[in-house]
Amino acid sequence: MKEFKRDDGRKADELRPIVIKVGVIEQADGSALVSLGKTTAIAAVYGPRSMHPKHKQVSDRAVLQTFYSMAPFSTSERVRPGPSRRSQEISKVTREALEPAVFLEEFPKTGIDVFIDIIQADAGTRTAGINAASVALADAGIPMRDLVTAVAAGKIDEHFVLDLGGKEEEVTKCDVPVAYMPRKKQITLLQMDGDLPPEETKEVIKTAIKGCEILYEKQKQALREKWVR
Amino acid sequence: MAEFIKKERDFVVPGDEIINSMDYLPGRNCLREGNSIYAKRLGIVNLDGRVISVIPLTGVYFPRVGDMVIGEVEDVQSNGWVVNINSAHSAYLPLSGVREFIDTSKTDLSRVYGVGEVIYANINSVVSANSIHLSMQDPRCRKFRSGRIVRMNPSKIPRLIGRQGSMIMMIKDLTGCRINVGQNGVICIEGEKEDLVIKAIEVIEHESQSEGLTDKISLLLGGNKMPKAPETPHREENHQEFQMEEQEQEQEEMLNE
Repeated sequence: MKEFKRDDGRKADELRPIVIKVGVIEQADGSALVSLGKTTAIAAVYGPRSMHPKHKQVSDRAVLQTFYSMAPFSTSERVRPGPSRRSQEISKVTREALEPAVFLEEFPKTGIDVFIDIIQADAGTRTAGINAASVALADAGIPMRDLVTAVAAGKIDEHFVLDLGGKEEEVTKCDVPVAYMPRKKQITLLQMDGDLPPEETKEVIKTAIKGCEILYEKQKQALREKWVR
Repeated sequence: MAEFIKKERDFVVPGDEIINSMDYLPGRNCLREGNSIYAKRLGIVNLDGRVISVIPLTGVYFPRVGDMVIGEVEDVQSNGWVVNINSAHSAYLPLSGVREFIDTSKTDLSRVYGVGEVIYANINSVVSANSIHLSMQDPRCRKFRSGRIVRMNPSKIPRLIGRQGSMIMMIKDLTGCRINVGQNGVICIEGEKEDLVIKAIEVIEHESQSEGLTDKISLLLGGNKMPKAPETPHREENHQEFQMEEQEQEQEEMLNE
C-alpha cells in the first residue's frame, strides 16, 4: 500500500514546520513567537505585578489573566478588532490550560497577564497560542510545574492526522485540540468539534499527545537557544 | 549514588528533572515529586551540600529582608511614605524607619521625602506579600538629589556587581562616577561620565552570559585589559554564577562606599 500523504505532502503524524523564538518583545517580562506552518502566534507575559482592577485580586494566590486576540489582517477575511465571543472563549480555555502548570500560590495578591496575538491564522490558533504562552511564562521566570504544549489532531478518511492545516480543518471528521503537560502526563485542555466513536476518539487524543511531545523538545530547545551562549 | 540528569551549572527550564534520588533535598525553585527533584524555574542548577536549587536567570523583583533597594516615593501618608520599589507591591517606609526624630505635629512629612523623590533604602521586614517595610537606619541609606536612574533585569544585578564587587568597582574607578545599585534592578548614577556607565550597563544586561565580560567592559570604558585574565574563561564564568548567592552579602558591602 502506498503511504498516506496529505495535501501539503506531510505524513499523517507529522507536524507543520515549527519555529519558536523566545524574547521577541523587549519590554515584556517574557515573550515568545510560535509558528506552525502558516499559523503564527506571539505571546507576551507581564508580571507578577500589582493586580488591577483591585477587586479582582485574590488574597492567597496570583490571578492569571489571558487575552487572546486575532490581528485584523491575520486571515483572508478581515477580523473585526476587539473582543468577540470566540476570542473570549479561547482566552478562557487558554487560561484554564495554563493555570494547572503555574505556581500561582507563590505570588499572593498579584496578577500575571498573558497577551496572545495571532498574527497569521491558518487553523490551530488556540494551540499555537498556548505553546507561545507557556514558553513566554518560562521566559518571564515564573515558577511552573511543567511547560504546557498543545496541538490539534483529527481524522481524515481512515487516517488519524496530527496538526490540522487550514484546508484539512474543513474535511476532517473531527478537530480535537489537546493541551498537555508531558512530564506530568496530564491533559489540561481537551475540546472537540465533530464526532467520532469513543475508541477512535482515544486514538485521536493519543495522536495529539505524540505531537505534544515533539513540541515539548522544541520549546526547551528554543529557551536554551535564548539563554545559553 | 544516583546520577545527575542535569549537572551543576547546567541550564534548566521548568519541569526539567535534575536528579532521581532521595539523597538530595530540593531547595529554592525546585520541587520533589516521587523520588525525583525537578526545576520550577528557568535558570542554572546550583548544588550546596545536599541541597539542590536553581538560580533564576530572569524574573521580576521580589523583596527579601536585608536587600538595598532604590525606590520612588509614591505617596506621603500621616505616618510614613509609600515607596515604589519596582516590585509587584509598593513598600512602606514608616516614621520609625527614619534615622532622625520627626515630630509629626510640627513637620510636614512631604518636606522630608516628597512625592517623586528617589531614596536608597533597606528592606526591614517582609511580613506578607503586600506588607513590605523599609528602613533608612543603614548608614548607606539616603535621598538622591542628583543623578540618573537606569533599570536593568534584577536577576542580572549580581553580574553588574561581579565577583566580590570587581565589576562595579572597575566601572567606578574608570568613570569616576558615584554608582548606587539597588537589588531591585534600579541603579542611580551620579557623575560626569554617566553615559559611559549606562552603555556599560546595557552591555552587561545583553551579554551577561558571554565570556570575558570584565575585559570587554574595561576596554569600553577606556581601561586596560584586566591583568589576571582567566586561563579557562568558560569555567570562570560558570563559577561566578555558582557563587552568586553566597556572595550577595559581600557584594553589598563592596558596592557602597
